[in-house]
Amino acid sequence: MFLSYRIEKKSYTPTFWDNILLPGCALLAMLVISGIMLVLLGYPVFEVLFTFFISPLTNLYDFSEVVMKASILVVIALGLAVGFRANVWNIGAEGQFVMGGIAGSLVALYFYEQEGFYILPLMMLSGAIGGALWAMIPAFLKNRFNTNEILTSLMLVYIAEQLLNYLTYGPLKDPDGLNFPQTVYFSESAIYPYLLEGTRLSITPVITLLLVPLVYLLITKSHLGFQLRVSGYSAAAAKYAGFSAKKMVWISFILCGAFAGFAGISEVSANISQLIPDISPGYGFTAIIVAFLGRLHPVGIIFAGFFMALIYIGAESAQISLGLPVSIGNVFQGLVLFCLLASEFMLRYQIKRR
Amino acid sequence: MAFCGLFWAGQATADPLKVAFVYISPIGDAGWTYQHELGRKAIEREFGDKIETKYIENVAEGPDSERVIRKLASSGYDLIFGTSFGYMNPMLKVAKRFPKVVFEHATGYKTAKNMGNFSPRFYQGRYLSGVAAASKSKKNVIGYLAAFPIPEVIRGINAFTLGAQSINPKIKVKVVWTNSWFDPGKEAEAASSLIAQGADVVTHHTDSVAAVKTANDKGVYAIGYHSNMFKHGEKAQIGAVIHKWDKFYAKKIRQVLDGTWKSSSAWEGINEGMVDFVVTSNLDEKIASKIKDLRSDIVSGNFHPFTGPIHNQKGSKVIGAGEQLDDKDLLSMDYFVKGVEGKVGK
Repeated sequence: MFLSYRIEKKSYTPTFWDNILLPGCALLAMLVISGIMLVLLGYPVFEVLFTFFISPLTNLYDFSEVVMKASILVVIALGLAVGFRANVWNIGAEGQFVMGGIAGSLVALYFYEQEGFYILPLMMLSGAIGGALWAMIPAFLKNRFNTNEILTSLMLVYIAEQLLNYLTYGPLKDPDGLNFPQTVYFSESAIYPYLLEGTRLSITPVITLLLVPLVYLLITKSHLGFQLRVSGYSAAAAKYAGFSAKKMVWISFILCGAFAGFAGISEVSANISQLIPDISPGYGFTAIIVAFLGRLHPVGIIFAGFFMALIYIGAESAQISLGLPVSIGNVFQGLVLFCLLASEFMLRYQIKRR
Repeated sequence: MAFCGLFWAGQATADPLKVAFVYISPIGDAGWTYQHELGRKAIEREFGDKIETKYIENVAEGPDSERVIRKLASSGYDLIFGTSFGYMNPMLKVAKRFPKVVFEHATGYKTAKNMGNFSPRFYQGRYLSGVAAASKSKKNVIGYLAAFPIPEVIRGINAFTLGAQSINPKIKVKVVWTNSWFDPGKEAEAASSLIAQGADVVTHHTDSVAAVKTANDKGVYAIGYHSNMFKHGEKAQIGAVIHKWDKFYAKKIRQVLDGTWKSSSAWEGINEGMVDFVVTSNLDEKIASKIKDLRSDIVSGNFHPFTGPIHNQKGSKVIGAGEQLDDKDLLSMDYFVKGVEGKVGK
């Protein structure tokens, strides 16, 4: 029975509306499936969905938390999208995030107990450079030895994490911290200031919103963006047109590394204010989902990042106010990805009877 | 302080005291968080409708914990227990914003006017477990899998080693770092490799039951940690170092209820009922009774596990015969004693 069906590729180019409808349908499907799941588990469906997706938007503090989390995810996803469009698969944004956090923190520690308006910009710059340098390793390996960048960038994540471990347990350890693995608490000038009293809103979302139009212009209007796109569609065509594939790899990795590195130091400075062995709950990996949920488009990525952050904060609210297990949030996140891949598949393939 | 006291007393008579617990991992059926959950259930029984409790599990350290703790504080919780080291700075930040809420933080070192901290002197139990382990080791090699080289873990390893050497000076304790508090796969692997290297007793300073289970499967002995893990290793477990939080939690709740709570650093051991060492029938009677005597000496203050002579790994003297390490030395311990094989660090 089953074997009498086969899967066939459709010829298909996504239209503008597809790009909005597809994630929309995926999210709708995800809501329906989660609803069914909640009914089966015996939870009040509408109350849970309300707590998850609406209640964080109804008070300033939760809303600002969603915005903060989203802005970190969006910055990383913007960088990833540039590479993914050019068929350059950087999976190691998490490691670049960590290296950015380390590099920026080195500046903060160097200027410890000093004041100066220049400290924060230097930290941001250093974070971006740290992330970019780390991202250049897989780019070099790919260009020089033709290694698979998916593997090398991913493996470098674990090396970055070990380096962070080494530094917090070793040379950067707070001498007055009773040997706990952490650096000193940054001084005032090295911590992103809060923009809004009573929230943790910092300057990260503002910078993120400035980066969105820049990335948009880069990928749609610039010559470089054109080269990146052509390389993404067809390596042969790009070569024929005289575009250097190696250059595309370099640019994709450096840009994404810089963005992830900036996100890293932003998270460390604004929210942790010291280096600890664990500075990311997997932002670099979640950003991959965000990039695809946003259809690799800067504006789409904003919405996608906001949605993923909303699920995260919503899961916490649901645990605090309804006693829901926190893993439900993870299930929701997984469902988003699943539904997205499924709808993408439906668009590009069709099932035919033999 | 007097004013605050009045405030709490006034509040307690009107509504139940709202008490929240923030856990680092899922509760499960054994381990660090599970023990805290037992404590929460115990105080719920004890105080009945005078209190209302809530727990939030699986809360990551760092920025996410700040948000959770803050939400609890802003939604009317009067007393919040945070049960992981990494909640320290986030909790401190929240404590400053909510001066009327009482915070209690486990295993850290910072306090504030409205934030106290508490920690178990589990090295007392560790010393006793070392005695038990050495009595079962024929190869004179004991395996110890440890999460991170922070002072509390190092202190436990050293106390354990001193206990073991007290009945067999030839004992070597091999340390393997897992670099994770909770990773059953890695812990099982580390336990297997220690056993392959000749360890015939293993113990762990991590959160899962994997080490005890692995020891049971491979036919060697084990010491449980956090919880009594007997049901996970009925042949292997000779004893377990356990944490009990009910008495401490009850004490703090009573203080908040009657308005006498004050910020303090509590470091409590067997004496106060926060730590204990339980033995199983796998241990010989004679050793069990020796451990019982040692235990009462610790309780009465006649014996301190860190009594000299103590030498470090390189063989140089830390303290001479009869001297004792004080709390400050213990809290910042960053070296292994003689007989430990492994490096502080990675």
